[in-house]
Amino acid sequence: MSFEVGSALSIGAILFTVIIVAAMLIWVERRLLGLWQERLGPNRVGPFGLLQVVADMIKIFTKEDWVPPFADKFSFILAPPIIMVVILLSFSVIPFAPGVGVIDSDIGVLFVLAMASLGAYSVMLGGLSSNNKYALLGSLRAAAQMVSYEVFMGISLLGVVALAGSFNLREIVLSQSDGWFIIPQFVGFVIFLIAGIAESHRLPFDIPEAEQEIVAGYHTEYSGMKFGMFFVGEYLGVVLVSSLMVVLFFGGWLGPAFLPPIVWFVLKASFFIAFFVLLRAAIPRPRYDQLMNYGWLFLLPLSLLNLVLTGAYILWQEGL
Amino acid sequence: MIFLFYTAAIVALIATIAVIVSTNVVHALVYLIISLLSVAVIFFALGAPFAAMLEAIVYAGAIMVLFLFVMMMLNLGQATQDEEKAWMQPRLWIGPGTLVALLLAQLTSVLFTQDVAISPVEVGVLDISVLLFGPWLLAVELASMLLLAGLVAAYHLAKK
Repeated sequence: MSFEVGSALSIGAILFTVIIVAAMLIWVERRLLGLWQERLGPNRVGPFGLLQVVADMIKIFTKEDWVPPFADKFSFILAPPIIMVVILLSFSVIPFAPGVGVIDSDIGVLFVLAMASLGAYSVMLGGLSSNNKYALLGSLRAAAQMVSYEVFMGISLLGVVALAGSFNLREIVLSQSDGWFIIPQFVGFVIFLIAGIAESHRLPFDIPEAEQEIVAGYHTEYSGMKFGMFFVGEYLGVVLVSSLMVVLFFGGWLGPAFLPPIVWFVLKASFFIAFFVLLRAAIPRPRYDQLMNYGWLFLLPLSLLNLVLTGAYILWQEGL
Repeated sequence: MIFLFYTAAIVALIATIAVIVSTNVVHALVYLIISLLSVAVIFFALGAPFAAMLEAIVYAGAIMVLFLFVMMMLNLGQATQDEEKAWMQPRLWIGPGTLVALLLAQLTSVLFTQDVAISPVEVGVLDISVLLFGPWLLAVELASMLLLAGLVAAYHLAKK
């Protein structure tokens, strides 16, 4: 069996790695947070606490998986798998290295955006079906936040798409061989980063599940593996947004030849995952209206301006 | 591709019927999303990946989210469900049923008399963009003006 794009080996390896990485992030995040907050973090189970993930998994699988009698059973059970499925599907268009990937799609960027917009249903249905005020408040916030930030996410990507001349993520990586897009598209990168955090509703933008205000937001009523799916889905989202940043702005697998391409990809992606955790440790949560105003009144005009300037630059280059 | 087309079409049909007959609004909405997604798959099978993605992003991903958003605010409960059930009398189906049967008969006769074969020719994003921003530029601009009018109207209504 050869290791090429779309082969069963490639698909299996990517699926396995992505899920393991997402699960390991539970430990990585707690250890890194500990490091930055000058405490130890989980270090009891196995060497450096590495087996903490196994312990957590055993705990979460053996917990009672309860559906509240007042909940709408159909949507309640449907909601958690949605986030896992759409994010895992998004990984299918990510080019990890030459020959490593699931599919080379000409609509790769659009596919990722479509899946991101479907991911909102997980949070919304989860909150709505729980029949609980805190869950409903959380999912109302989540819906507004995700729909708004999707817009800026899409527009911030268009600069990269215009420069590369393709929606195909592999071609976007290849067109960065002369220079990464972070330099001409720095504004686009910053907007994408902020929108990416808001889309995966991570701290500091975890307003839908703000513990101090609305218990646990949309997953208040969830327990056992259904909660686990929301939890792992969040980490999968972090891995996905980090991979996308690497592919779109930091040259994907491209790098000096002393390391193999896949190692470059993993190194760059790990850097952004660690950056996500650092953001969580460093920045307090904004208020809900601050987040919305910031998005629509600042990020939207900025991303449109970035797109117009990029277009003007491309036309000017062609005119020379 | 033919197999993909027919399976997606069957899913779309079943999901759309479920939208109409289900009494729970949230379930109906979930079925509507499934129906829209299967239409996106149909577009894909017919060689229009760009249209498929737009269907998924705009209809399934954005418009339906707004529907669900409104539904959350309305706080519909068992009472609405009972009301819906009361409205779903079998005799109400006679009128629409006959009309739809007529349409279906016409459609099948057209399909059988005219030899229409599915011949998927893939139309990429670039081809569509060239058409939209070439000969159809005026139409695109008109559509954007219509959206602007909607935006201004929504702003005005929200201010009240």
